[in-house]
Amino acid sequence: MIETWLRRLYFGLVALFLAAPLIVVAGVSVNSRQELTFPPVGFSLAWYAQIFTDPEWRLALIHSVTLAVCSAAIAVAIALPLAWFLWRRIAPWANIFQVLGLAPFILPPVITALGFLSFWATAGLFGQFFTAIISHAIFFVTLPLVTLSLGFASIDRSLVEAAATMGADDRTVLKTVVLPLILPYLVSGYAFAFVLSLNEYIVAYMTIGFTTETLPIKIFNALRYGYTPTMAAVSVFFVAVAALVFGSIARFGDIRRLLGAMSSDGN
Amino acid sequence: MRREAPRSLADYTPLFFPGLMLIVFFVVPFSTMIAVSFFKRNPSGFYTPDFVIDNYARFLSTFFGGVLGFSLMLAVLVAVCCVAIGFPFTYLLTRRPRRVQTLWLVGLLSVLSLSEVIIGFAWSTLFSRTAGITNLLVAIGLMDKPVALLPTFGAVLTGMVYQALPYTILVLYPALVRLDPTLLEAARTLGASPVRAFFNVVAPALRNTIVATLIMVFVFALGSYLLPQILGRPQHWTLSVLITDQAIYQSNMPFAAAMAVFLVLISLALVGMTLLVGRRENAL
Repeated sequence: MIETWLRRLYFGLVALFLAAPLIVVAGVSVNSRQELTFPPVGFSLAWYAQIFTDPEWRLALIHSVTLAVCSAAIAVAIALPLAWFLWRRIAPWANIFQVLGLAPFILPPVITALGFLSFWATAGLFGQFFTAIISHAIFFVTLPLVTLSLGFASIDRSLVEAAATMGADDRTVLKTVVLPLILPYLVSGYAFAFVLSLNEYIVAYMTIGFTTETLPIKIFNALRYGYTPTMAAVSVFFVAVAALVFGSIARFGDIRRLLGAMSSDGN
Repeated sequence: MRREAPRSLADYTPLFFPGLMLIVFFVVPFSTMIAVSFFKRNPSGFYTPDFVIDNYARFLSTFFGGVLGFSLMLAVLVAVCCVAIGFPFTYLLTRRPRRVQTLWLVGLLSVLSLSEVIIGFAWSTLFSRTAGITNLLVAIGLMDKPVALLPTFGAVLTGMVYQALPYTILVLYPALVRLDPTLLEAARTLGASPVRAFFNVVAPALRNTIVATLIMVFVFALGSYLLPQILGRPQHWTLSVLITDQAIYQSNMPFAAAMAVFLVLISLALVGMTLLVGRRENAL
């Protein structure tokens, strides 16, 4: 009995720690006057409207969404053929590409960002919007690569063999058997890359930070000129998007499996 | 379809696009950075090609030694705090029903995906005089008037633990959720209390996982580039902050690159150690 209460207390404390800053930010975001006080004075949703009506915030939002949509798509386009090849073929040396795909995510982000900065500067393309898209695609390729590898590992090979025995060639097998089976993993891989790209600051800053503002860059720049409730509203918006995306993955897929609850070889 | 070795060049087709992208946009930038670390600084532009080791020689200063020492100390502290809080938590979480687990995982992922900018902004609000927790303490009569709790070392540490805790739990989750339940049952049958079973059976069985997680979280914390800047004073700046500062505000790319190469070497050595630890665990 005491143990149950202790566990609840422990879980409650961790939940409080994780939620406290978000609760304060949510509170601050509904202040009726342009100042940060908590508990909020008055109630107003004007700061949320400002994300969409203020030209600067709206532009930053458009930049962020464009960046996230495109870079996540390229990340999946890189990860899918790679994961497919690693699953289909025995080629030990090809694992080097898997390491390359995982490395940007494991190394401290500043390093990857600095690598991109020196590369784009040397190539003379520094500051162009597409450089950020490619940089993010490489930076987040790890996520679809991991989810897709899990997806391929979960495919029962006898299904594929049955299709092949009945005369389907590689292309047909891929289209009618493999792709439908890994679709949920593909979607989650895209979603992970999308959410993280939306939130990413340092790579975006070091590639296009001098010419273009994404939402995180805009928040950071605004921090220096004083805090406004709009920044709090944008933060709440970010938390809501993340919770919505991960909540949908959990609703329509198996998030426990994606996070490693079953070992990848299925036993 | 069994796995087969590729027979013809056509079998390699799926590798072309991913291989090309990863080499051109990861290997080449990475090599460029290493090259730049040997270049000479050009105050008017970025840098001029050269071969100097001045950028590395600057490491041998007391200032740099101090920053490096502080970064390592801070990262160790964050890793220890996170594993100390996260390990028992993850263990208890994996014993809960699936629905509860899923709910927590969604929440943890949402916090983990948050931008460092937003985490920094949220904690600086929470620690501020006007909107902070001290207002709460004033309201219940524990304090006379609200105070600002930043910039302090405590604020930096709290912010970084906040950032790394979801990561720690998600790294520990697979190992703990797959832990053989009979191990614990045996301990309980032999009369151990749950707490005793946890400390005497579960924790020792996962010794290597704990060490590997400590290293992973340490590397993760080394990468924090904004929180020390937003929540701390200049003496709380870490290597990552210094790299960003040199690259962007001092426009000294070669020195920033040299520090980044140094940070890569530290991280790689540590990640290599994790792999070794992991291998030993699998061999057991």
